[in-house]
Amino acid sequence: MTMATPAKPTAAPHVEWGRVRSSRRMADRLMKIIATSFTLIAIVVLFWILGMLIVKGLGGLSAATFTQVTPGPGSEGGGLANAIVGSIVLTFLGIAVATPVGVLAGTYLAEYGKASKLAELIRFINDILLSAPSILIGLFVYVVMVEPFRGYSGWAGGVALGIIAIPVIVRTTEDMLRLVPGSLREAGAALGAPPSVVITSVTWRAAKSGMVTGILLALARIAGETAPLIFTALNNNFWFSPTLVGGVSNLPVTIYQFASAPYENWQQLAWAGSLIITVSILVLSIIARRIVRGGK
Amino acid sequence: MTAATDIDRTLTAPVRKTPMGTFDLVFRNASLVAALFVLVLLAGIMVSMVVGGWPAFREFGLGFLTSSVWDTQNEQYGAWPAIVGTLSTALIALVVGVPLSLGIAVFLTQLAPPWFKQPVSTAIELLAAVPSIIYGMWGLFVFVPLFAAYVQIPLSNLVEGMPVVGTILYSRSPSGLGILTAGIILAFMIIPFIASITRDMLDQIPSVLRESAYGIGATTWEVVRHVLVPQAGVSIIGAVMLGLGRALGETMAVTFVVGNANRLSSSVMDPGSTIASRIANEFNEALGLQLNALIALGCILFFVTFVVLVIARLLVARVKRY
Repeated sequence: MTMATPAKPTAAPHVEWGRVRSSRRMADRLMKIIATSFTLIAIVVLFWILGMLIVKGLGGLSAATFTQVTPGPGSEGGGLANAIVGSIVLTFLGIAVATPVGVLAGTYLAEYGKASKLAELIRFINDILLSAPSILIGLFVYVVMVEPFRGYSGWAGGVALGIIAIPVIVRTTEDMLRLVPGSLREAGAALGAPPSVVITSVTWRAAKSGMVTGILLALARIAGETAPLIFTALNNNFWFSPTLVGGVSNLPVTIYQFASAPYENWQQLAWAGSLIITVSILVLSIIARRIVRGGK
Repeated sequence: MTAATDIDRTLTAPVRKTPMGTFDLVFRNASLVAALFVLVLLAGIMVSMVVGGWPAFREFGLGFLTSSVWDTQNEQYGAWPAIVGTLSTALIALVVGVPLSLGIAVFLTQLAPPWFKQPVSTAIELLAAVPSIIYGMWGLFVFVPLFAAYVQIPLSNLVEGMPVVGTILYSRSPSGLGILTAGIILAFMIIPFIASITRDMLDQIPSVLRESAYGIGATTWEVVRHVLVPQAGVSIIGAVMLGLGRALGETMAVTFVVGNANRLSSSVMDPGSTIASRIANEFNEALGLQLNALIALGCILFFVTFVVLVIARLLVARVKRY
């Protein structure tokens, strides 16, 4: 490829050596400055967002944030207790749905399917689901779970989050299982263990930390998802029913509804909620990254 | 003969008949079913969008795509303004985001000292972990006022009365909300995806290629321009398409800053709406045909992003194998 392009440097040596060199040096320096400042812009935006959350969110945080329920329109004070608990319930419901499916599907791709046509197709579709718009998954769950049962529910919300988490877990599980050396599997098989036993007690065990990372990453991915919950779990200002039927309050939708509301306590709670959710997600992602690096 | 079959049986029987053998079969099939479920999911999303949106498609036919009317009183719905809004915000996001992402990838792989590379990489990846709704909050409360005061108002004064730019860049009500604002916020949201894939691709290029270019006296810029970019070319396009896929379907951040106007404006400074923002905005109050029209919008979004993501994955995968 490089051979096809005319050899540029040979054209320059005698005439105007100094000028050519300085113009090349200028272009080089300009590119370095641009690349560095682009990186700076991105980092500034990250810290700007974090700074904004800390400045505006810390002011809204108090003991009441964690003990009182979300206030109704026009009422004083209030907290986010029901939204926080609701978010935790929905997120873990999503993970509970996604983990068995994701881990088994990832195991199929890495251990059974390997390079077969079917496995290649599933891998490809999984990659597409990985970046599919979450709002479509919300609509899908609305059509199959909310509309037929005539009502919003935490179950629908959990399933929607689970569907978003599945491709993340499938992908990381497969990647991590593939890192396990084949000799470990052969050693297990040589002891007479059937494939399922080799997988569950040798391969999974060897890849455990990587698989846990995948689940943590999925957790971080779905904890802040808002769009799919609008169509499924909705939101409300009370403690939700323990059966999870009817609207289940949750942080992201609460933030969405409170942020541009005309009540000052609502806005403050939206900021406090944003701080709580972002800090938890960033901590989760950093822990997940640490495990990956430690594992290697 | 009988002795041989006896031996045969003793060799094979225990494996097949113990509970272990059953577990083996069950486990294998369970993992196959789980893997097939991934296919079922995508098919399910596709079918549910088509079925849910069918009444709207049947009612308005192809006119649903081209009509600009969105009238809940008379039950007339058209997707055109939302389609244009989706495409134009995504395009702006690419125009702003791609150069930034490529600059970041070049900085990380070619310029950053090793001790600096890791923390900066992590910071860029954390931009992807920040939830969409937080970008919306930042956009609405921090970016929008600044954008209105320092970009929209001066720019509107400058371009007023000029041909072409006078319509595209003129804001009738400089609130800061609009298509351009949404595009810029989207740009920051897709940067981490494009930048980290491009970084990985540049890292994969054998360093012999780079070193030989340096060896004949090329500057860093020339190495990037003439060696690295041609080598990683197709996969960079794949990464950009992946970012496009994200930008097309992004919902919450856009809903906060796009202004949610149902009309189509000729200026990128004016409020508009995207498919995703309109669904998020109207869904909970929607009834009957409006609900079907919103799901039909979702159906359009599904097929557009599906095509974009398929192309993206094919381009990225081709180079990975290489």
